[in-house]
Amino acid sequence: MIRLEKRPTPSRAWAAATPVLAVLATMIAGGLLFAALGKDPFAAIRIIFWDPLFHEQFAAYSRPQLLVKAGPLILIAIGLSLGFRAGIWNIGAEGQYIMGAICGAGAGLAFYPSESILIFPLMVLAGALGGWAWAMIPAILKTKFGANEILVSLMLVYVAENVLASVSSGLLRNPEGHGFPGSRNLQQWGASANPELIAGSGMHWGVVAAFIAVIFTYVLLTRHILGFQIRLTGESPRAARFAGVNPARLILICLGLSGALAGLAGLFEVTGPAGQISIDFGSGYGFTAIIVAFLGRLHPVGILLAGLLMALTYIGGELAQLMLGLPSAAIQLFQGMLLFFLLAMDVLSNFRIRLGKAEVA
Amino acid sequence: MDLSSINPVFLIASLMVAATPILLAAIGEMVVEKAGVLNLGVEGMMITGAVCGFIIAVETGSPALGFVCAALGGAVLSLLFGVLTQYLMSNQVATGLGLTLFGLGLSALMGQGYVGIKAPPVPRLDLPVLSDLPVVGPILFSHDAMVYLSVALVAAVWAVLKYSRAGLILRAVGENHDAAHALGYKVIRIRLLAIMFGGACAGLGGAYLSLIRVPQWTEGMTAGAGWIALAIVVFASWKAGRVLLGAYLFGGITVLQLNLQAAGVAIPVEYLSMSPYLITILVLVIMSADRSRAALNAPGSLGRVFHATS
Amino acid sequence: MTELLAVEGLTKAYPGVVANDGVSFRVAAGEVHALLGENGAGKSTLVKMIYGLVKPDSGAMRLHGAAFEPAEPRSARAAGVAMVFQHFSLFDALDVAENIALGMESPPPMSQLAQRIRDVSDTYGLPLDPDRVVGDLSAGERQRVEIIRCLLQNPKLLIMDEPTSVLTPQEVEILFETLRKLSAEGTAILYISHKLEEIRSLCDAATILRGGEVVATCDPRAQTAAELAEMMVGSKLTPPSRAPHDQGAVVLDVAGLTLPSATPFGTSLRDISFQVHAGEVLGIGGVAGNGQDELLSALSGEARTDAGTVRLSGTPIGQLGPNARRRIAVLAAPEERLGHAAAPDMSLTENALLTGAIRQGLTARGFLNWPAARGFAEDIISRFDVRTPGPGTAARALSGGNLQKFVIGREVLQRPDLLVVNQPTWGVDAAAAAAIRQALLDLAARGTAIVVISQDLDELMEISDRFAALNEGRLSSPRPMRGLGMEEIGLLMGGAHDMEVAHADA
Repeated sequence: MIRLEKRPTPSRAWAAATPVLAVLATMIAGGLLFAALGKDPFAAIRIIFWDPLFHEQFAAYSRPQLLVKAGPLILIAIGLSLGFRAGIWNIGAEGQYIMGAICGAGAGLAFYPSESILIFPLMVLAGALGGWAWAMIPAILKTKFGANEILVSLMLVYVAENVLASVSSGLLRNPEGHGFPGSRNLQQWGASANPELIAGSGMHWGVVAAFIAVIFTYVLLTRHILGFQIRLTGESPRAARFAGVNPARLILICLGLSGALAGLAGLFEVTGPAGQISIDFGSGYGFTAIIVAFLGRLHPVGILLAGLLMALTYIGGELAQLMLGLPSAAIQLFQGMLLFFLLAMDVLSNFRIRLGKAEVA
Repeated sequence: MDLSSINPVFLIASLMVAATPILLAAIGEMVVEKAGVLNLGVEGMMITGAVCGFIIAVETGSPALGFVCAALGGAVLSLLFGVLTQYLMSNQVATGLGLTLFGLGLSALMGQGYVGIKAPPVPRLDLPVLSDLPVVGPILFSHDAMVYLSVALVAAVWAVLKYSRAGLILRAVGENHDAAHALGYKVIRIRLLAIMFGGACAGLGGAYLSLIRVPQWTEGMTAGAGWIALAIVVFASWKAGRVLLGAYLFGGITVLQLNLQAAGVAIPVEYLSMSPYLITILVLVIMSADRSRAALNAPGSLGRVFHATS
Repeated sequence: MTELLAVEGLTKAYPGVVANDGVSFRVAAGEVHALLGENGAGKSTLVKMIYGLVKPDSGAMRLHGAAFEPAEPRSARAAGVAMVFQHFSLFDALDVAENIALGMESPPPMSQLAQRIRDVSDTYGLPLDPDRVVGDLSAGERQRVEIIRCLLQNPKLLIMDEPTSVLTPQEVEILFETLRKLSAEGTAILYISHKLEEIRSLCDAATILRGGEVVATCDPRAQTAAELAEMMVGSKLTPPSRAPHDQGAVVLDVAGLTLPSATPFGTSLRDISFQVHAGEVLGIGGVAGNGQDELLSALSGEARTDAGTVRLSGTPIGQLGPNARRRIAVLAAPEERLGHAAAPDMSLTENALLTGAIRQGLTARGFLNWPAARGFAEDIISRFDVRTPGPGTAARALSGGNLQKFVIGREVLQRPDLLVVNQPTWGVDAAAAAAIRQALLDLAARGTAIVVISQDLDELMEISDRFAALNEGRLSSPRPMRGLGMEEIGLLMGGAHDMEVAHADA
């Protein structure tokens, strides 16, 4: 008989070990899944986790992609983690990401074809503001009316997708695009381009922003009273109020920050790797970032590592699609499994498993 | 623009069809929440039900069998959530989100070979005399069996929760799991059953989309219907009758905006398409604004982790 | 007398603690048998084993001479064992009849059940309306729901876990009448308590537990309360002492404080007025759920009111939040240790920071000074004798008594001008309780105004200068503690809540 016993103090060792165990378990379960699909499981795992970085033929292309993909994931997940720690569930980052991109691109394109160096900073600001404003909708509805932020922020993703569809064939459509939907290419317009900063590294301003966010959040959580209040609110809301935390203010800050970071991620994406506002700009980063945040234990350094790992599965997944004909959905499933295994193993950090002897009555 | 092309009788009839998937998912989720569990994975269970139902119906040619398997698929997936949250005590919000992401991936993988195929047709119940009645006939008596089944399910849930001992125990577990445990009720077992019922209902709702409403399989075809079902449970203040009202209200808005699109109203399509989501937000805000009442109706242990210490 | 229940060598161990170690005792039919012991002595674990909620590691029980091994409460109930819980096993949102039906094996249809509830409540003098929602009932009424739920099953053995902690003295008398009547009818009662006088007036026999073991079995009527106390605690306890001191100026002045309830089943505060002087301890008594939490939050700043309704030395502070009040030396310690006064999963250092950040200067421009916070936690631990491996330990790993000493110590060390505490020694062992009371008295002697909200009347009589009672959100006007009798105190607490029958005899 298996029993769970609550640990008096949560185990730090297990908290660090569970993500690694979860990755291993996912590899095993994923391998079984690939085998069931008729693929060689070992080849598939190697292609996903090893080849993107070390394959002599593909690595040159895919290694830079690691940072390109990890940048937005980390940036968004860092923002989400602050709210998640405080029990504030923003799951509409995808919408904030889209709105950030739209606002940033719109602010820039208003000045087309100027080549002023102020345009890019202006766009960055507008992108952050766009994401922030979109996240303030659930924040204000929560603080003023008590509306559930999970549902509101999620509904706003669908609204944002429709706004995206509308502007890419309307307001922001490239006037020289022969009637095709989609904006001008921002990557090719010098004033707005977010270029690769070091050739062949994949490093662009969004990745820089992600690293800054990691450091900033680390300091915030470990050294600052606001970080303490965020953690306290998540652990015990009533104790937080007793400690003088204003819950409404915390909701506004956490949702606002995560919205702004998601908006920034969107802006750096649209001016860099994506290049333009188009109907399929929404790429699911906002949802995958939820997995990244949990996989990183809501800890900034953990999120940095988790973001890189998740980026790897994206690139590896594409590679596996190319080489093994593995369906793209398999990778999505793979990422979902990872989250499940992690949540399941979480129990180990708070509970001790006892193999109980037969009860003597 | 030609609003006269919108036929009110047809509008109301199609409203019931549009509302049925959400109604099924919402009534299941309401039972889950009444048992004190918040399962945010409705969307994932719905889409899994949609793909399971579609595959089985196509392969066997029997939509009925499709629906059965959709319910099974949803229930099996929900069991994953149940084991994680009830036995391993994982966070319900995170696990529910995970279930949605997992379900979306799983369904996409399963449905790969089925994109673009038509589902076998589901017969409408043709009730002699009744179906031929003017106005009332097309509105009430010319639907497929699932529409009636969903309404019957709502009535059954209402009656069970209100009058039966099983319903009383379910409400007790949701209201105060520690007290229920002290009285000797098997909190975890009861919750697992509720979770599976919710999964089965969500699965049925998903299959209704893929087999009747659309009827085709496309990736991510639920498009937020599961989340709207969650919102409707809040809107309904955890009351079965109001779930029906909420789902039909939402179905009405969906159908109306589709009709307006078809009629070529001078509002861009995108703004019409986003209207159901905006209205859901609006309704949530209105229902949540009266905080004391919202708190009164919510099950006392909703979303809290249960661990028997004694 | 015929033996009803025999317990032989029951043992139950939890990680790190043996809750029961070879416990044996016997209960005869119709006997009122006391289980006496202080918090943590193992009383609750023992009755949970009898009620089938916990399985013993070893040992045996016999009921009516036959082996009795209840696997779950259901089988215990079927064998004629019923239990009234200390923390009620009730469902706020359900009505009385539904609550009672949930505790029965095969309840009759609702209409018949309502009639039977009325019958039983008439027979035993426990008035109760089956249609009311339980969340709206007073603590005494809620207990009646539990008792009637048990009585409807015609139990042979009724277990009562600390039943009087939620009753006024008048309600206690009525309960005892009911219990004596049941006993006369042949129902045995296993009565768990740490209140000695009650046991002496009610019980025929007593089994005394200490540290999980039976230390004595006796006839409580043949012992003095002091002898029972010594057996229970294992050593002589010195009551807290206080140096005589003069009463100072008015520190806290509450006038016309009204606060609507924030939760559906909470209590609203109605027109509360009182003053507390420097160096004075004001005791506020009352049965649970009459506005204690709400009063604490209005004084701590968690709930804000009109500025003028709460004044500190003449300055209006009703509009200030908790931290603004801390800045002017108004401190508080709420009842719920885990989850309100302290965050369970956070370390003691972090919990020291929780209220100490401002007055101990643990932050600078928003940045935390961890070494200082750790130093403060260590200071609390050493000065208040908190038994723990160190300040890095999570709050939930501490025993109730140690955590409570930490929580009270954290506030006392911050030199408050006004300290408000709610249930300072609830669920705490006798030694820790004595230490906490002494700390409060010492603080008062140094000139701090103290408000002690407590449901333990003995505690209030021991440490208060003046006494007031909370009843349904209203506060009686404070009276000097000295010379106040139990009868009067009980009436201030609301007497026997809506029990006109009882009033007629009184």
